Amino acid sequence: MTTALEISQLHKVYANGHVALKGIDLHVEHGDFFALLGPNGAGKSTTIGIVTSLINKTGGSISVYGHDIHRNPSQAKTHIGLVPQEYSFNQFEPVEEILINQAGYYGVPPREAKRRAREHLTQLGLWEKRANQARNLSGGMKRRLMMARALLHRPKLLILDEPTAGVDIEIRRMIWEFLTDLNRSGTTIILTTHYLEEAEKLCRNIAIIDDGQIIADSPMRSLLERLESESFTLYLREPLAEAPKLRSAQLRSIDSRTLELVTDKHTDLGEVFSELQAHNIKLLSLRNTSNRLEELFLKMVSPEQDINPS
Amino acid sequence: MNLRYATVALYTLTRREVLRFARIWIQTMLPPAVTTVLYFVIFGKLIGSQIGPIDGHSYIEYIIPGLILMSVITNAYANVVASFYSSKFHGNIEEMLISPMPAYIILAGFIIGGVLRGLLVGGVVFGVSLFFGHLPYPDIGLTLLMLLMTAALFSMAGLINGVYAKSFDGISIIPTFVLTPLTYLGGIFYSLEMLPDFWRGVSLLNPIFYMINVFREGALGSSDIGAGLAIGITALFLAAFTAVCLYLLDRGVGIRT
Repeated sequence: MTTALEISQLHKVYANGHVALKGIDLHVEHGDFFALLGPNGAGKSTTIGIVTSLINKTGGSISVYGHDIHRNPSQAKTHIGLVPQEYSFNQFEPVEEILINQAGYYGVPPREAKRRAREHLTQLGLWEKRANQARNLSGGMKRRLMMARALLHRPKLLILDEPTAGVDIEIRRMIWEFLTDLNRSGTTIILTTHYLEEAEKLCRNIAIIDDGQIIADSPMRSLLERLESESFTLYLREPLAEAPKLRSAQLRSIDSRTLELVTDKHTDLGEVFSELQAHNIKLLSLRNTSNRLEELFLKMVSPEQDINPS
Repeated sequence: MNLRYATVALYTLTRREVLRFARIWIQTMLPPAVTTVLYFVIFGKLIGSQIGPIDGHSYIEYIIPGLILMSVITNAYANVVASFYSSKFHGNIEEMLISPMPAYIILAGFIIGGVLRGLLVGGVVFGVSLFFGHLPYPDIGLTLLMLLMTAALFSMAGLINGVYAKSFDGISIIPTFVLTPLTYLGGIFYSLEMLPDFWRGVSLLNPIFYMINVFREGALGSSDIGAGLAIGITALFLAAFTAVCLYLLDRGVGIRT
């Protein structure tokens, strides 16, 4: 298996003395869809900034597809595409121009750059806006523009720093589909996001960074298995005055026709339903309401918080 | 880093720079032409008619080379400082920093942009000057050499200013308080012989004085100092500024955290 990104003992101390990274190690395989999560100020953007040469490291080493970013920056950079958190294009330049310029910085000749710009702008629903100045685009369009820009040189490793921040649900889903297709076609993707549902839905592996240190680094499935409870919303056929006490789970009344059910992950749900039936509770429907990754994330970065409401 | 890559990257950056100042030509190309017409009319025609010939040339002919070079200096400088700082301001400097472009290509792109704008505006001023006087240009090679060296030097000075600027004020302080006085006191409007000893000594400390004089020698055939010395001094400044610019870009001063 080829290694896309190898980070070893990465340290960063800012000029004001703030220690942003305390020696992190990270390993991302080629073809992975990798989530890098952490609370604000944990060190995610610093890590991405160092990998993409926007921030100087204090210590440690980084290699991208076998090229050390310090000793062999040009080769390493050729493989990286970045969709940053903040808008980072000249707002007064036309959309197509931004893409053609970016491609040129990577050595893609103008004619080919134009062809690729058309391809990506069409894929991301921006072709009609190609002659517009970037400042006239909506927030969601600007995010997609940065995505198209990052792909012009066909990077093997695409890094997205909160790519769906501030975009509506429709566009978010479009971006998810686009990224999934891109990953299927062989592009390694590293994603940071505050929408943990997004990470859970898209990513196969995950690392959680907190206070400049990696506190979890594993496949998404293994991480989620550490979660102890599941919660469901139950919609009742008939109104219920008070939620009964169950032996196998906790039940809480939300309103007269809605209950919240929290179970241990080892609980036999058949037993729970039998108990509900015994209390003459008839269900209309139910929905799993656990945002599993979110609960786990909160538990890991704020250990004092109890994820079980009981 | 192969030649094909370097060519495409440099072409892209140069094209971007040219399109930038061409898109806003009303701000970049037109004002120098208007200002220079005023200089020619007021200093050349109205006041100059009261001043006798200098080195055998009418006053208006004497000031034409200096005014052309002044427009080249201010525009080359302004182009790079504005472009570099606005790239920092908008964040699109990141586009270059994350790309494989080495510092020398980024520097070359900005410098070529600054030189081209300087030369274009210099050309506009030269065109305007034809309505006021015709210079003999006895050494066109020397004129062009000094034009290119000066434009490149002040493009680099603009880049250094852009690197350290932290606000739009920061890009106007140096032009206002350093560049303009140096240019005006660089011998555009007078010959060294017209100055008292003290100011003659001060003028000799001003690098722009040497550039204007060499340019004037190529355009008029007369100068206050030798061309060889002036070219040497300008070349030394060019080498030093190139080294400083490459160091700043390579280390990411003012652009990397």
